This record gives sequence, structure tokens and C-alpha cells, in this order.
Amino acid sequence: MPETIAFYFFAGLTVVTSALVIGQRNPMYSVMLLIASFGALAGLYIGLDAPFAAVTQIIVYAGAIMVLFLFVVMLLNAAQEDAAQYDRLHPLRHPAVTRFGALMALLLIVQLGWALTRATDFAAPVGGRADASAVSSVRELGRVLFERHAFAFEATSILILVAMVGAVVLARKEEPSQ
Amino acid sequence: MIPLSHYLIVSATLFCLGVAGVFMRRNLITILLSIEIMLNAVNLSFVAFGRFAGDVNGQIIVFFVMTVAAAEAAVGLALVIALFRHRESLNPDAFTSLKW
Amino acid sequence: MDSATLLRFGAYGGIVFLAFNALIIASAVLVLAERKIMGFMQQRYGPYLVGPHGTLQPFADILKLLFKEELRPKGADKWLFTLAPILSVVTAFVAFAPVPFGAETTFFGLLDEPLNLGIADVNVGVLVVFAVTSMGVYGIVLAGWSSNSKYSLFGGLRASAQMISYELAYATALAAVILLAGSMSLREVVESQAGTWWGFIPRWYIFLQPVGFIIYMIAGIAETNRAPFDFPEAEQELVAGYNTEYSSVRFALFPQAEYINMVTMSGVATSLYLGGWLGPFSNALGVVWFIAKISVLLVFYIVLRWTVPRYRYDQLMSFGWKYLFPASVINLLITAALVLYFNA
Repeated sequence: MPETIAFYFFAGLTVVTSALVIGQRNPMYSVMLLIASFGALAGLYIGLDAPFAAVTQIIVYAGAIMVLFLFVVMLLNAAQEDAAQYDRLHPLRHPAVTRFGALMALLLIVQLGWALTRATDFAAPVGGRADASAVSSVRELGRVLFERHAFAFEATSILILVAMVGAVVLARKEEPSQ
Repeated sequence: MIPLSHYLIVSATLFCLGVAGVFMRRNLITILLSIEIMLNAVNLSFVAFGRFAGDVNGQIIVFFVMTVAAAEAAVGLALVIALFRHRESLNPDAFTSLKW
Repeated sequence: MDSATLLRFGAYGGIVFLAFNALIIASAVLVLAERKIMGFMQQRYGPYLVGPHGTLQPFADILKLLFKEELRPKGADKWLFTLAPILSVVTAFVAFAPVPFGAETTFFGLLDEPLNLGIADVNVGVLVVFAVTSMGVYGIVLAGWSSNSKYSLFGGLRASAQMISYELAYATALAAVILLAGSMSLREVVESQAGTWWGFIPRWYIFLQPVGFIIYMIAGIAETNRAPFDFPEAEQELVAGYNTEYSSVRFALFPQAEYINMVTMSGVATSLYLGGWLGPFSNALGVVWFIAKISVLLVFYIVLRWTVPRYRYDQLMSFGWKYLFPASVINLLITAALVLYFNA
């Protein structure tokens, strides 16, 4: 019973804050709402017996990536710049094209939801088939990560290095040409 | 006990919200945020299926997705900074001509 | 629910309530302790008039702050200006949750099964502390930005860059201890430090990881924005940094968050390196030992603030990235190699 309440609370919070993210005019509010969404998502992960994924979500997504977004929004002063004609209107009051897009998104949600609830295979409880200990042990996770996926792990570290160098180069001020 | 389909519906909803954000918003930073929403929806789906099948690989894929998302956010934001420095605007409609 | 479960629930609620109040009182005591110790180091008395030898000074300070006018600058963002101190304080309190402060107890036989003296011991406790303190960065960044003032903005940006940079050294120092203990739960890390070598040296990890302890303490000082890393609130350079525009209650929350972060950092340091609540008669007096060890570390924090000069910002960043983080990684590598060698 408390698990059900926790699930609906966190799921509702995630969806509501994500919907608010795409509807905000001020990017600063969008970033803060997305942080709240990531926190709620971490709550969902804990409900799925994945504590390490939940904590990593907070550390990496909410604690590092969002700080990056926050810095960029602050330094570009994005909230106070002169909004183009498009942005002066609230997103849901844009011309018919945008409303059509929103309607399509809603239809997609309804269709996916209908398809997912109809598939009987997925009606089983998520914790029904397998034991929690197979998934929640951090030791097991580390073992599989470093034994089976060692190459992907090393490749990811090189990817991060490349991304770091690329970000520094791209954001650098151009030297004044002589 | 929560059926797996509930988690998948939440994941699908988040993904559609992300897609809607990418299409509807005319602000580069909000577009990048919507992409992050999409990546998180996929993460939720992976963890849910991993729990369902009793397989730890669901969470392992999630770590790789998070790492790639971090790298992509960094490079994407660096591009946004470079673009903003050039045109003083965050509206993607300001960058429609191929001339720099 | 039968009476035994209800009693257990009540006991747990009592522990949480007591810990919460203890943290608040600790921040008040630290306000006084800081000014008294600063006074003694500077050959003067410190606060002396309010209460016997100035012991009621924190209450006077709090009353004064509560009666001040609540100001908000004109261009300040309405929601974020108020959210920032709330975020700082909430993350400071939540970060203390996984820290264990005593052995398990049955409260002199009242309960059937023993109850752990700690708020929430999760099996990834060390990482939870790390995650929540990295959320504490937002309080400072938002405070700096939403005040709509250039001093605040600079203070906020510098503080957040500093905190993020020192999180790396912090995490790798933690990782070395986790290697030794074999678990990420803070309670299990403390329990693996039980026993002694040769009868009198306790098996604390500070003896196995002296360099790691020093790195952790330095990173902890940088994380809590204390001197010599307190450039973000440097009184001489930036007015008051990110909390320039704050007054009254919103202002009071920032130093309180800072002191509670100090207590949490000291709590995690004692759990990881100094044996937590372990000591002679630790089953009954565990909490006393815990408080004593934390107090030693807190006095160290305070004495350090009034002893060393402040780092300049670029020196601070270069120290964190170029010296502390590589040292921390080398510490982790050596620890891993030794653990592998002695366990093979």
C-alpha cells in the first residue's frame, strides 16, 4: 500500500513537472522544474529496487548536468533577453501549428497507453517474476559492469574526454584576426 | 504491486512530452531540456524492464545513457554559447540561413 | 497495528525528532563556539554579556534576526529568491540522515528487537550524502542569481564552481574507504572498524588512510565554503557574496545551512575514518563518543578559519584540480593495489 502511494505520487510529480518544463517562458524556471522531475524519477527508481541508479541519477543528472544548464542560462542571461515574437506568446497560445503539435503529442500518449495496457504480458506486477536481490545489489552491478562491459566503460571514458575538449573549444572566444 | 505497464505508461508520457517540447518551443535551451526529458523516459523504461526480468543489465545501460547524456549536454550547451555569441539570440529561427 | 509495532514506530519517531533538534541546537552552539574560540585566539573574551559568559548569545542573535525587516530587491525573482535558502537548509538537514550516531539499542528492554540509532541507514548511504550535498550547490547559485546584483552573482558562480570542483576529490577519497570497508552503508563502514590492533590501537581507517583523511577534510572544508576556501562570502572582497541582498529569516537560514553542513561533514568523517560511535562501552555510550569526535573536528574547522589566510579564487581552483584531485586518485589506486595484494 505505501508502495502504491509512493509510485503514484512520484509518477504524478514527474509527469506534471515535465509538462511544466515545456510550458514555461522563463528558462530558469524550466531548469528548476526539470531538477524536481529528476528527483521524482529517482524516487521511482527506488521503488524499482534500484537504489544505485537513483543515487546516480541525482548525482549526475540533477547535480551535474543541470548545474551546467543553470550556468549557461545565467551567463547568457536567457531569461531577460528580448523575446522574439514567437516567444512573447505563451506556448499554448501559438498559432494553430503549435496547437496541432500538442494535440498530436496527446494522441500519441493516449495511443501508447492504450497499447501498453492491452498487452497482457505487461500486466504482471513489476516485481513479480524476479527477486529484488538480483537487481539491487551494488556489488553484482559493479561486477557485471567491469567484467562484461569493460570495453564500453573505457570507451565511455574516452567519450567524456572528447566531449570535454570539444565543449571547451566550441565555447572559446574567437581570437581577433590580425 | 505495480504492474509493469504503469511504469511504461509513465515512460511513454515523458517521452511524448519531450518530443512535444522539441517541436513546440522556440528557445534553444528549452529544446535541449526536452531532449533530456526524452533520455530520462528511456532510462525509466530500461530500469523497469530490468527489474521485471531480474536482470542487472537494465541499470548498466542506464549508466551508459547517463554518461552519454552528460557528454551531449556539455557539447550542446557549448554550441548554444557559440551560437548566442554570434547572433545574440536563442531562437532557432534566427539561424535559418547557411551563411555564418 | 499491535502495541509493539506502535512502540517501535514511536521510538523511531523520537530518535528522528531528537536528531533534528540536536542539529538545530548544534548550529546555535556552533555560532557561539565560533565567536568564543575566535575571541580566545585573538586574546579577548568573545561574547560575554548575554547569559553566563555569553552562553545565551545565539538566542539573542536569532531574536534579532527574526525581528528584522524582510527585504527583497526590486528585480529579484519572486520564487527563486525565497527558494534558495530553503533549498540550502533542506539539503543540509537531509544530508545528515544516513549518518549513524549510535549502536543498536533496545532502550533498556522496552523494545523487543533492537533499533538502530540513526535516521535512515540505506545501503548506499555514502552516496546519498554525496548526492544531497551536491544538491546544496543550487541553494547558493540561486541565491546569487536571483538577487539581481552583481556581487551576489559573482559570489554564487564562484561558490558553485568551487563546490563542484572539490566534489571530485571528495568522492575519490570516499571511494578509497569504501574499498577498505567493502560496503557503502555508513553503519557497516563504522562496524567494520571495530576491534583493535595489538590490544590498544583501534582499527580506525585514519591509520590505514592518513592521506585520504587529509584529502577528505580539505575537500569538506571547500564543500562547506569555510575558510580558507570561503571566497564566495569573502567579507573584504565581495561585500557578503551571495547573501548580500538577504535579510532576516532568509539570511539566517544560510549560516545555519553552513553549520549543519559542517556537522554532516564531520559526522561522515568520523564514521568513515574515526570509528563513528565506537569506543569503550560503545553499546551504551556510543552517542557520547560520536558527539565527542564530531566536536573535535568542528573545533578544528573553527580554529582553521581564524588561523590561515584566505585562498585567492584562481589559487583555490588550481589547487583543487591540479593537486588535490590527482592526489586523491593516486590514493585510490594505491589503496586498490594494496587491498588486492593482501586479499589475493
